[in-house]
Amino acid sequence: MPLLTRTFIKTGMVCLALALVLGILLALGVTNGLFPVYIHLLVFGWLTQLIFGVIFWMFPKYSVKKPRGSEALGWWTYALLNIGLLLRAVAEPIQSTRANPLSGWMLVLSAILQFLSGLLFVVNSWGRVKEK
Amino acid sequence: MPKLSVWFVRASLLYLLLGSLFGALLLAQKGIPFHAAVWYLFPLHMEFLLVGWLIQLAMGVAFWIIPRFSQGSSRGPVGLVWVSFALLNAGILITAFQYWLPDAVLIGRIAEVVAGILFVIGSWRRVKPHGVM
Ligand code: HEM
Repeated sequence: MPLLTRTFIKTGMVCLALALVLGILLALGVTNGLFPVYIHLLVFGWLTQLIFGVIFWMFPKYSVKKPRGSEALGWWTYALLNIGLLLRAVAEPIQSTRANPLSGWMLVLSAILQFLSGLLFVVNSWGRVKEK
Repeated sequence: MPKLSVWFVRASLLYLLLGSLFGALLLAQKGIPFHAAVWYLFPLHMEFLLVGWLIQLAMGVAFWIIPRFSQGSSRGPVGLVWVSFALLNAGILITAFQYWLPDAVLIGRIAEVVAGILFVIGSWRRVKPHGVM
């Protein structure tokens, strides 16, 4: 299993664990802006990130020379996803309790980073989705 | 990867792209509000990512990877699964018209459920132990 895949999967597991802890906080009634963070740690940080890692590892080869497409694009996908998600996890609770320009712009930045992560992933994987 | 899986997976990648674009617009709107109408994208964000991306990707990869038959059609009733693919995507797209068509969510969801049932029927016998023809 390539290093990038292991990194995706292990970071995904950390997101799962964090989400489960947030689930306890939510159940205790600490809700301020945490619900969307909880959901996205699960669906983006865990499920989607796990899928990104496994697709990079197991999908049909892009070419003999570059079986997994661009590894650099893969690492960019990883970095943008996790920096974007972390920014969101920090800024969204602040924004929903004490909204201020800093947390507001952090959310805008987070949105851009996360979108770019998805875009780079699709660009890098598209050519590997093919008939044999 | 068989042709039908290519269609499933490519469609799911397109939904990932659109769904995260909508999500990004929503998140930016929560940060620095720029256009309240962005919130109309919220139901599409969920539908495109949960059904269009996650579920559709799982269906496409399952159709490719789960055990095949050594006699007859190796991936079972392929035509049925094509119909499932068509209904799933028709269903997702129909829900996107919910602001114009009051019943769009209901109709779209029914199409998605039928797609799911056809997929289960088409795959059921392929979930089998090693060596079973
Ligand atoms: C680019 C990445 C993403 C961004 C920027 C994003 C952004 C958002 C935003 C702003 C909301 C509204 C939250 C609220 O105020 O209630 C939302 C909700 C939601 N999103 Fe995403 N999202 C992303 C990825 C995903 C993915 C990959 C999935 C599923 C596979 C997903 C599923 C959901 C669901 C189920 C909700 C409803 C629950 C909630 O309100 O938190 N999102 N998303």
